[in-house]
Amino acid sequence: MGSLVLLRRLLLVVPTLFGVALVVFVLMRVVPGDPVSMMIGPGATAQDIATLRSLYGLDHSIATQFGYYLRDLVGGDFGVSISRKQSVAELIAQRLPLTLELSSIATLLALAMGVGAALAATHWRDRWIERCVDAATGVITAIPDFLWGLLGILLFGVLLPLLPVFGLMDSDLRFEATSGFVIGESLLRGRLDVFASVLWHLLLPAAALALPLAAMIARVLKASLTEVLAQDYILVARVKGFSPWRVLWREALRNALSPALTLAGVQFTFLIGGTVLIEKLFGLPGLGNMAIDAVTSRDLPLIQGIVLTFALIFIAVNLLVDALNSSLNPRLRGH
Amino acid sequence: MLRTPRLTARAWIGLAVFALLVIIALAAPWLAPHDPLEQDLLAASLPPAWATDGAWSHPFGTDTLGRDIVSRLIYGARPALIVALAGASLAGLAGTLLGLLAGFYGGIADALISRAVDVWMSFPAVLLAIVLVAVMGTGLTAVVLAIAIIDWTRFCRVVRAETQAQARLDYVSSARVIGLTPARALLREVLPNVAPLLLTLFTLEMGIAVVVEAILSFVGLSLSSDTPTWGGLIQEGRLYVHQTPWLLGLPIAAIVVTVLGFNALGDGLRESLDPVLRR
Repeated sequence: MGSLVLLRRLLLVVPTLFGVALVVFVLMRVVPGDPVSMMIGPGATAQDIATLRSLYGLDHSIATQFGYYLRDLVGGDFGVSISRKQSVAELIAQRLPLTLELSSIATLLALAMGVGAALAATHWRDRWIERCVDAATGVITAIPDFLWGLLGILLFGVLLPLLPVFGLMDSDLRFEATSGFVIGESLLRGRLDVFASVLWHLLLPAAALALPLAAMIARVLKASLTEVLAQDYILVARVKGFSPWRVLWREALRNALSPALTLAGVQFTFLIGGTVLIEKLFGLPGLGNMAIDAVTSRDLPLIQGIVLTFALIFIAVNLLVDALNSSLNPRLRGH
Repeated sequence: MLRTPRLTARAWIGLAVFALLVIIALAAPWLAPHDPLEQDLLAASLPPAWATDGAWSHPFGTDTLGRDIVSRLIYGARPALIVALAGASLAGLAGTLLGLLAGFYGGIADALISRAVDVWMSFPAVLLAIVLVAVMGTGLTAVVLAIAIIDWTRFCRVVRAETQAQARLDYVSSARVIGLTPARALLREVLPNVAPLLLTLFTLEMGIAVVVEAILSFVGLSLSSDTPTWGGLIQEGRLYVHQTPWLLGLPIAAIVVTVLGFNALGDGLRESLDPVLRR
């Protein structure tokens, strides 16, 4: 039964979450140097240090510290950022929306490019188009998003300066998204100039994130289209006299799409992970960009909060993909 | 697997790229026209030789401090190769060992290792790498260790699945029947049959390791700027991309060729070994 598989996966999330919290806790405790001496300026007295240590619970045993830490996490308390003197949860809530918007655009782009390439290669089988798509998917999957971003900056920012390569919108525009979702809010508030500018600025970073995923979708979808096209009902549709495009688009694609969508779901987590560098590369004020800043300024509570946020998103996406997968694919039920 | 499999064209291309990288790394002092650290402010930001202001003494131009780019690129092959070989070896060793244990013994070992893999897969690899190096301190060892700590799961998942499949086959039970201890059956019978798959994973991991080093250099966490690395060149190149675009283009080209070469080697080896490997 599908629901049983899902229940099992859901139960397995508990040890995974615990493991994630443990790994992050250990990671943060082995950082060389006392966290307190990093927070406090020179000239602090021994009394100040002791006060801070007890304030942060550092005077307890490691096990007790981990207990307190878990209790705070469950309560949604990620602590206070050292470098920004602001609640970590608030900071994440400000930055996460842009990362989500960027990842969503990249996923849409990847789906469009991947499905388009697969359809074209299937429609013009044994022609140069198919050979081009095959060769391109091989090369594109091998090169990670970080390098695509750099290549994009070099090609479309410098050699052929067509696209913006830094920042979120044109510098003369002023827009504060109270929700953090710049694209959604600018559209809803009718600021089409901001909306267009942000989309224009996100084009290259989103394309860099989308390319490897698009190539993978193209490859999987092409394989499953070939499989579906060999089936009887396609022959029936052909005999009925439907045009080749209609057979491909209306009849075959629907049934071939499910394995590609499953893959897209799994790869979506890699895409979200890729935002860390892409945001840094293109100067976008998202969560990933803040993560790198937090590491360079050794802001432990902030690093911890961001890593945990990413982990939560990954786990949620994987669960969602599993659920989608078992509802789409009847063969997976009962295992 | 008695006969040596014939290598496909793709495997040969991959091997050629790998050999080229090894030669460049070993012969760097003889190949490089200049000392990679030598600064010459009078010859700063020179374009490549074929451009109008270029000079053949600096075939691919110089950076903003007047350091010869092609020399820095050649010396950068050294850390790239070390990170690729050491990182992939360590990750492969740890992942294979844990994968064999989980796949062969099952039970608690499998449950623990599989949960650990789940936990690891819940972190974005790049962020984890950055945090790890920040924790361990920069330097070649830290970069190699970070790669191993992050990417052992790639090997572990594949080896575990393959070992599970192999352990069910008759030859393993036969080995047990003739009195081999489980550990010896694992090492003598199962491991050799998993080896072709490992070779492919290893070459792919080398490509990933080169990119990870570049990424860590890019965020300023890899080696000190005294050691020329491709990632370091990318970082400098991005800062001055409008003045010296070739400074960004060359290391990107080097990394892309290396990664594509390692991928071709991996895919080629898989193709070459496939008829032998397939059940």
